[in-house]
Amino acid sequence: MKPPPFAYHRPDTAEEAVQLLTEYGPDARVLAGGQSLLPLLNRRLVRPIALVDVARLAALRGTGRQDGALRVGALTTHAALERTADPHVRDGLPVLPETARLIGHLPVRVRGTVGGSLAHADPAAEWCLLAVLLDADLDVLGPEGQRTIPAAEFFTGAHRTALAPGDLLTGVRFPRPAATAAVAEYGPQRGSLPLVAAGAEIVLGPDGRIAATRIALGGVEDRPVRSGTAEQALLGGVPEPRLLDHAARLAAKDLDPRADHRAPAGYRRDLARTLTGRTLAASLARSTARLQEATAP
Amino acid sequence: MNAIGVSVPRLEDDRLLRGQGRFHDEIVRPGQLWLRVVRSPVAHARIRGIDVEAAAALPGVVDVITAADLAGMPRIPVRQPSPGIDFTPYLQPALATGFVQYVGDPVAAVLAEDPYLAEDAADLVALDLEELPVSLDARAGATLRPESRPGESALVGTVDFSYGDVDEVFATAPHVVAADLKVGRHSGTPLEPRGLVAEWNARARRMTVWGATKVPYFNRRVTARMLGIAEHQIHMLESDAGGSFGIRGEFYPEDLLVPFLALRTGRPVKWTEDRTEHLIAANHAREQEHRIELAFDERYRLLGLRGEAWLDTGGYIRTHGAVVAALTSALMSGPYRMAACRSRVHIVTTNKTPVGTYRAPGRFQHNFVREHAMDLAADRLGVDPVELRRINLLDGGELPHRRPLHVFGAPMLLDGKDHLEHFDKSREIFGYDTWREEARRAREQGRLVGTGCAVILEKAGLGHDSAVVDVGVTGAIRVAMGGANVGQGVETVMAQIAAEEFDVRTESVTVVLSDTDILADGSGTFASRTTVVGGTAVKLAAEQVLAKARRVAAGLLGTDPDRLVVRDGGLEADGEPGRRVTLGEIAAASFAPPYVRTGEEPGLIGRGTYLADAMTYPYGAHYAQAEVDPGTGAVKLLRYAVSYEIGRAVNPALVHAQLVGGTVQGIGGALFEEFPYDERGMPLATTLGDYLWPRASDLPEIRTEIFEDSPAPGNPLGVRGAGEGGTAGVGAAVANAVRDALRLTGTVGALPLLPDRVMTLMKSQDDDGATT
Repeated sequence: MKPPPFAYHRPDTAEEAVQLLTEYGPDARVLAGGQSLLPLLNRRLVRPIALVDVARLAALRGTGRQDGALRVGALTTHAALERTADPHVRDGLPVLPETARLIGHLPVRVRGTVGGSLAHADPAAEWCLLAVLLDADLDVLGPEGQRTIPAAEFFTGAHRTALAPGDLLTGVRFPRPAATAAVAEYGPQRGSLPLVAAGAEIVLGPDGRIAATRIALGGVEDRPVRSGTAEQALLGGVPEPRLLDHAARLAAKDLDPRADHRAPAGYRRDLARTLTGRTLAASLARSTARLQEATAP
Repeated sequence: MNAIGVSVPRLEDDRLLRGQGRFHDEIVRPGQLWLRVVRSPVAHARIRGIDVEAAAALPGVVDVITAADLAGMPRIPVRQPSPGIDFTPYLQPALATGFVQYVGDPVAAVLAEDPYLAEDAADLVALDLEELPVSLDARAGATLRPESRPGESALVGTVDFSYGDVDEVFATAPHVVAADLKVGRHSGTPLEPRGLVAEWNARARRMTVWGATKVPYFNRRVTARMLGIAEHQIHMLESDAGGSFGIRGEFYPEDLLVPFLALRTGRPVKWTEDRTEHLIAANHAREQEHRIELAFDERYRLLGLRGEAWLDTGGYIRTHGAVVAALTSALMSGPYRMAACRSRVHIVTTNKTPVGTYRAPGRFQHNFVREHAMDLAADRLGVDPVELRRINLLDGGELPHRRPLHVFGAPMLLDGKDHLEHFDKSREIFGYDTWREEARRAREQGRLVGTGCAVILEKAGLGHDSAVVDVGVTGAIRVAMGGANVGQGVETVMAQIAAEEFDVRTESVTVVLSDTDILADGSGTFASRTTVVGGTAVKLAAEQVLAKARRVAAGLLGTDPDRLVVRDGGLEADGEPGRRVTLGEIAAASFAPPYVRTGEEPGLIGRGTYLADAMTYPYGAHYAQAEVDPGTGAVKLLRYAVSYEIGRAVNPALVHAQLVGGTVQGIGGALFEEFPYDERGMPLATTLGDYLWPRASDLPEIRTEIFEDSPAPGNPLGVRGAGEGGTAGVGAAVANAVRDALRLTGTVGALPLLPDRVMTLMKSQDDDGATT
């Protein structure tokens, strides 16, 4: 439970961090909140030659508006989002604080960061699911300068991303409000990573039919996946329980679930169906409430 | 004289709450070295070679040893031999010799100037291992003869506690119900992992050891024999411990390595186990596969029980020997009237971490197996499960009841008052009928809610322990006892027992536990025995002090010793409060020639040893109400309650705490905790991310009721053990509640009831429904 020797750097700017990461190449690691990296280090499951501690980079912390999008700095902690007073988050993306509350226990949420979680790319992690569900853009500063990677291309496998040596994830942008989006997850114990998590967004048209929808599932395959067939099945439909259940079945059927010692593949599929159903119902309830508010005299 | 029976606050809490605990990890000695154990990365292999050169060459590394450095040293012995079983070929050496038997088997030990370096060096020890086929299933592997133990079978032996003509009973019984059930591998995993510090003082030629728990005296004897030094050269000191639960404090390989290396290097050596090590190196427990049959007559009366079990003991036999098998087998019949019972347990080695005794060893298993089969039988026979138990429980007219068996050398005499009365009384108190009604109504609304109960027979108070009590000239009372402080509050309880005798405040008594320099012999803390056996020894020692004090005081006061009464830490003539001397004054006087001349030990010192002739058999009942989430298979406990016959509670609050803590651990084993292995014998739960402890959010309010209806006849305090009754029945009650919630026609099959397994049970039930 003690790490092997490594070099430690704490740069003052993002550019300096990128320079250090570039110099060390693939054997360096970025240290943010340390909630995933430090246990891995102590168990000697990763053996970086250098850690670049970005905790001082205040510019990467906090939320703000940018061209209609909500920008979340990579160093924003889960707890900061959970407790945020930012109206753009509270009104436009209430699913963010709700999801933050599902992550770990309070000490983990106080230290762990959104960027750290995205870069760690655990297939079951909540922020990875939301990034895929809501088509987020991930901002990266690399040796060649700033670039943006869409969430759909960012996650390339379990704990694998499109980040190259020398890259630093600086933030994530949610391009538009998604006031009705919801998340549901399940694992045998609260506070641990879920076995399966589902996210959904239903938007009802003025006629009460489903005008737009998104469904994404985490923890089932090696990265969060959208469920196109289920989304298609819902589109234009009357949002009755039978239709939602049908969509949940389709979402589960489409999957190629992984199996490990925590759960067999079939159980992950069962959970995918249950949680898709629950998150669709939660999103529908929000959408219905908004529609009623909008049409109220 | 009102210290016993009072929930006085724990004496331990002041120091623990102020961060002043005396845990082994806080021991830091000048010049201390750090031990890191190199462990086998594979489950079964021949050791072709171990290259320590690179590790030894690392700057800061002081020593690296392998089995070759321990040549000629005996293997770790068992504490309790089992007649008819020779454990010798299965005992564990301190470092693997010739073969490794499980992932985690110690193969080398590295000593370095700091713990980081020790781990760096451990990484550099190169193992040349030739992998062998692994055995991971006790039942399937019972006939194997692994080449790592030439000439020996994987079957270590079979424990058999049987009485009556069982086969005859089954041949003619009107009804027979059978079930196959498994209990998963889990263990007591204390919050504080193990650790030890040893220091050799070359000038005094003595070894000091910090961190021993549970059985320090046994461990001292083993250490002395293995190191070839005298017992009196080893001083084991009391420490606080963050839990034992039976698994912490046994003599493990590290208990030899630490003092051995301190002696070899002449420098203090420290070892602190990390969590991952703990989860593969410390004793596992519980894993058993059972076949049970129950025979009934037409009036639902139990005629007999036939049971066979396969106990997966892991790679070696550890210090408990066959205790788990014996306690599974001997108490299988539980608290029921039963003319014939056969219960066999086969102890089989596999290539997993060795197992040991964990809180309610054997009973967690057999209570689950028997009580779950009782619910199955109730369904099959068409009788209410509560009624089926009532019909068969031993009642007041039948107790004490002698089972025609001997357990650990003593006749098995169920010494309680009335098992049926206990069951009826506790159901009434907890309102169990209401629980069942609630569950029924919830099911009508489509929810999956069920209730389950289990009646248990416990055992406590095994063997002997000793105490010495002394009172000095200041009147200060010190109690030294051979049991160990493992966080359970034993310090407070021993102080209460002494305070009762001397009529003083509990907090004025100083208690020292398991200090081998103060008390020459003790037995330790296990088997719910410390209050029964150690507490009685304290009482006897205190009585001896008072007998002497009476003689001295009689001389001082010029009165008859029999006229003296104990009051407020002194002796006074009955009815004459002014005629009094304090214990301190008596102690001072006791050194005068007239009293020394009697040939007694000078001073107010009393020694007591208490041997329990036989175990006492406490009993209780467990109740659970559970709801299953149909979408996830998750089991949520809505209600839980335990009743327990304690005989006499020295400190009721601590008895309740034992029951609640024990129940929580039982819930862990029933719903969450498991050590799975992959097909190559790789352990898959090596962190608390995968080994799931129950959390506060997983628990309902746990109600406990302690009954003092039946003081134990075997000891002067009348006490029965409290440590394990909270754990013993949880697997049974939870499984029965889940079975009821799902309306299963069969059994739950196995514990723990992890959500994916519950999901599978639900599906199989749906399938049954579809085909019938």
